[in-house]
Amino acid sequence: MDANPDTKIDLDAAYLRSGVAEILDELDRELVGLRPVKLRIREIAARLLIDRLRREFGAGGQAPTLHMSFTGNPGTGKTTVALRMADILHRLGYIRTNQLVSVTRDDLVGQYIGHTAPKTKEILKKAMGGVLFIDEAYYLYRPENERDYGQESIEILLQVMEQRRDDLVVILAGYADRMDRFFTANPGFRSRVAHHIDFPDYGDEELFAIAEKMLASQHDRFDDGAAAAFRDYIAARRRQPHFANARSIRNALDRARLRQAVRLFEGRGRPMPVSDLITLVADDILRSRVFDHARAEEQP
Amino acid sequence: MHITQGTFSFLPALSDEQITAQAKYCLEKGWSLNIEFTDDPHPRNTYWEMWGTPMFDLKDPAGLMYELAECRKVHAGRAYIRVSAFDATPGWESLRLSFITDRPAEEPGFMLERQERGGRMIAYTTRAYAADRPAGARY
Repeated sequence: MDANPDTKIDLDAAYLRSGVAEILDELDRELVGLRPVKLRIREIAARLLIDRLRREFGAGGQAPTLHMSFTGNPGTGKTTVALRMADILHRLGYIRTNQLVSVTRDDLVGQYIGHTAPKTKEILKKAMGGVLFIDEAYYLYRPENERDYGQESIEILLQVMEQRRDDLVVILAGYADRMDRFFTANPGFRSRVAHHIDFPDYGDEELFAIAEKMLASQHDRFDDGAAAAFRDYIAARRRQPHFANARSIRNALDRARLRQAVRLFEGRGRPMPVSDLITLVADDILRSRVFDHARAEEQP
Repeated sequence: MHITQGTFSFLPALSDEQITAQAKYCLEKGWSLNIEFTDDPHPRNTYWEMWGTPMFDLKDPAGLMYELAECRKVHAGRAYIRVSAFDATPGWESLRLSFITDRPAEEPGFMLERQERGGRMIAYTTRAYAADRPAGARY
């Protein structure tokens, strides 16, 4: 069918029909913050929808390249978003299955000569039709060892990313500075990856919202004192080394649960309401070592 | 002589699109796909060479087509290539489907040999003309 420029297209109806709105709403609801990431996903969704319409009306349009690179500090949600990406792209009709194959260097690179190519190809075949997620992709390239087999794996990846664009979406993830070095050493990668998405650090309020979501998913909750204490905790933790955004929050909550369990266990002599089991109180948080460090810093 | 065997042996050669569709069917059934090739056309030659390993983890036919393309790079026009689907369900544990995807450019066919035996008995043997040459140089 040739494109008839006068045909009127009901974009609104197509938008509703595609279910894109639902996907984006869900993303907004379930992921805290990450504004640039959501914006980019919105753009990709719009592009895919327009492309589909163009094909429907015979106005050409070929499937875009959707290889992506996620960079950002530890715990900013790169892996979480990648896991959702397969689902999103599948619902947008870009990939055929909603499977995501998550690999690291060990899965791609072999241990002796001739081991790498079959190993990489095996993974690529397995991932075809869906998304291949390479976590900490910069490990693939080891500049200090010129006989490293990672280079071989990279070459196969590049070849398949280029030739089989319709069958496979590759998402690379890693810390920003190391990924930059990785791309500088492999310029082929940078140009074949269409979307470079940077994950920003979370603000204090966003981290608190994440904490509440994490608790809600386990049917736990803060009481008022604990909520205030946890806000202080976030501010104190941020100033200390090895702060890993949402991951630090998750670990903090895990430790708070441990302390809660000990507290309940020690008070086992008296009857206890069920709500105690699911409530974290201020003391569970305030006994964290993070506050000791914070106090130590204040009075040198 | 156009040699046929397996599923769809009565149909003209399958196009890539049709192969993809068949592979998709197999994957939906939970069978694992294999690619095999041989240059010995005898009908009793059951065990063909495997191209790579069986593709147990495949979710999408694209993986098969990728391997098939690789196999064709080496063997197209010089060997038979077939795709088979293995069903690992207990009780089956065997091939459920296999079909030829590629054949040599030229298939010289078979010689029918008659061996005279005592009492005017005749024993028949079919021998592929291609098999006169050593394996690897047949087509």
